[in-house]
Amino acid sequence: MKRHLLSVDDLSREDIERILGRAESFAEVSGREIKKVPTLRGRTVINLFYEASTRTSSSFELAAKRLSADLVSVKAQGSSVDKGESLKDTVQTLSAYDPAAVVFRSPYAGAAGLVARWTPASVINAGDGKREHPTQALLDLYTLRRRAGRLEGLEVWIVGDVLHSRVARSNILAFSRMGCRVTVCGPPTLIPRGVESLGCEVRTTLEELGQADVVYALRMQHERMTGTFVPSLREYAAQYQIDGRRLGAGQLLMHPGPVNRGVELSAEVIDSPQALITDQVESGVVVRMAVLYELLAGGSALPRGAGTSSRATSEPQPA
Amino acid sequence: MSTPLDSLLDRAGSAPGALLIRRAHLLDPRAGLDGPGDLLLRGGAVAEIGAPGALEAPADAEIVEAEGLHAFPAFVDCHVHLRTPGREDEEDIETGTRAAAAGGYGAILAMPNTDPVVDTASILGSLRERARGEARIPTGFTAAVTVGQRGERLTEMAELAEAGAAGFTDDGFPLRSAGVMRQALQYQRLAGRCIALHEEDPALSVDGAMHEGEVSALLGVAGIPSASESTVVARDAELAAYEDGFIHVQHVSARQTVEVLERARAAGVRVTAEATPHHLLLTDECVRGLDTHFKMNPPLRSEDDRQALVDGLRSGVLGCIATDHAPHAREEKEEPFELAPMGVTGLESAFAAVHTDLVVPGVLALGLVIERMTAGAEPFGLSIPSLARDAPANVCLVDLAAEWEVGESGYESRSSNCAFAGRRLVGRVRMTIAAGAVAFRERSFAIGAVA
Repeated sequence: MKRHLLSVDDLSREDIERILGRAESFAEVSGREIKKVPTLRGRTVINLFYEASTRTSSSFELAAKRLSADLVSVKAQGSSVDKGESLKDTVQTLSAYDPAAVVFRSPYAGAAGLVARWTPASVINAGDGKREHPTQALLDLYTLRRRAGRLEGLEVWIVGDVLHSRVARSNILAFSRMGCRVTVCGPPTLIPRGVESLGCEVRTTLEELGQADVVYALRMQHERMTGTFVPSLREYAAQYQIDGRRLGAGQLLMHPGPVNRGVELSAEVIDSPQALITDQVESGVVVRMAVLYELLAGGSALPRGAGTSSRATSEPQPA
Repeated sequence: MSTPLDSLLDRAGSAPGALLIRRAHLLDPRAGLDGPGDLLLRGGAVAEIGAPGALEAPADAEIVEAEGLHAFPAFVDCHVHLRTPGREDEEDIETGTRAAAAGGYGAILAMPNTDPVVDTASILGSLRERARGEARIPTGFTAAVTVGQRGERLTEMAELAEAGAAGFTDDGFPLRSAGVMRQALQYQRLAGRCIALHEEDPALSVDGAMHEGEVSALLGVAGIPSASESTVVARDAELAAYEDGFIHVQHVSARQTVEVLERARAAGVRVTAEATPHHLLLTDECVRGLDTHFKMNPPLRSEDDRQALVDGLRSGVLGCIATDHAPHAREEKEEPFELAPMGVTGLESAFAAVHTDLVVPGVLALGLVIERMTAGAEPFGLSIPSLARDAPANVCLVDLAAEWEVGESGYESRSSNCAFAGRRLVGRVRMTIAAGAVAFRERSFAIGAVA
């Protein structure tokens, strides 16, 4: 595996298999009363978030803590970023604490790649603008494989605002890498031109939604709803809402959260047994543990730098 | 445009010395020159052309042994950002003209999108005065079409023309309003200078940071469709025809634009256009890594667009190569792609880049490239540099075999945001003579014996 996780494109199918397998073994640990393993004891993980986040930041925090890492969380608000410090200076300052990993979220595409140039730590992209959110894609694969028993050959429809969605981009790449067939569907104003080149089909109506094994609905963001991308929320819901009528009995439903009830999803499907939405949240912690583990302590990634060479790289075990 | 407007160009006083260039390969297609020869420059002009080794050096002349080098007419760049006044930390008249001379340029035109904007005769006058103290090569200054480049009210174009504006442009911004564009063309009858246009429809570009296509879809970066450029070029060609004005379209990037220009020119509209080395040589594939050295406006487009630009340059629809040299501070380019400012430097690498990627592989003839590198003078009514006898002495000496890495020994420009940084190129400018005086001499280039 590469030293950083910036894009799903950094991961081979084997890398993904290994991360998912690792997550399975962490899931066993999570079932225990004491959920910690000592793998990253003495090492530091920095969560650097330039954009609001609840589930991604909290699940990375929990993941780092369950691996016994020392954790520092920095949010843009109230930090030196507010005082006009450049990204480069912030990253170099935090790097002085010798972190093993920097988990980074930014409203700008490619920002995690810049951070990787400026720090010796491993960088994990926790969302860069509208570009990618690779750990979301990994937890989605993990969740879906657990429920469906396989990924190969599944027909996945990603429905909604593809244009502004980093989740869509990472998931198109990840699902297709694992052998799923991916179709994106949404209003023509919210489908990026050229998106087929990522390896997916494009539809602008839900007429053929019945083909799907899995319906992955995207969040319709408030600022987009009031823009001119869709004429009205009412029109959007009428055309693209996944409801009990459109979701077949044999189809699974996923959503990256937070859900707008009554917009992209109706209440009945959210609460239906076909919905994997809470499983996705639950998977977040073990998958992010697995990512940290594979990057910092996994087979190919040797611990780096003076004083770190003797640190534990053992298999996970209860602390 | 019968009398050349060369008097609008300023530079620091420099006594023209005598210079004998011996045994260079003289190449100037317009003058019918293509072969080895001697070139004697004296009194600021080409005094004599002779067979190789035939000319005698006058007593006061420096002799440049130029065997193995090519002598071209010095290039003209009609699209340069000197960042002065306002951002002298990025470039000033001295560093910008030094960079131009190092790239083989004998004259440049500076854009008015400075701080303050060049929109009054007094600002223009102070710039011209500074150029007379600092500019290494003759430098002209364009003025804004609209006050503050806000696209609302015309500048005092007639007074600006009298004060020496070399042309008018709101470069950096499009003229949003067709009505204002029309008024500018009407006023052109009075002011009489070329109107150069940055063509873009902001309603189509919105917050785009790169070409709209497969790469932007992958990166999740908002795209700028080609139609953002071509639709406005079509509008302005129509208006130029209606008002019988003449316009120059800057930095053409899209196939559709080349096609619109072809149709307009075929219909007799007086419209010229330029292409930049980066648009001629690079595509949006370069943006995959989100390196801000590939962020500029208009953006690098597809391979199909690039091909159309090369064809347009060959046919003459795109009459000249201009750099759109746009220096930016290093810290500004070290931001995420979407935040970083648009623009790249290019004066020092322009010829070598075009030579390496288009002439060496045989896509374009060297003579054609030399014509296009010098033709930027034409839309603005300046005389095109020439090696012909009695022409003003504007010459660059180039070693077409010399390989070098862009940026390896730094830049003459104060900024380093070059799209070709790190590239190995073939063709090195050794010496530039602008309006009779040596403006640049490469450090490694041996100075000939003074007689």
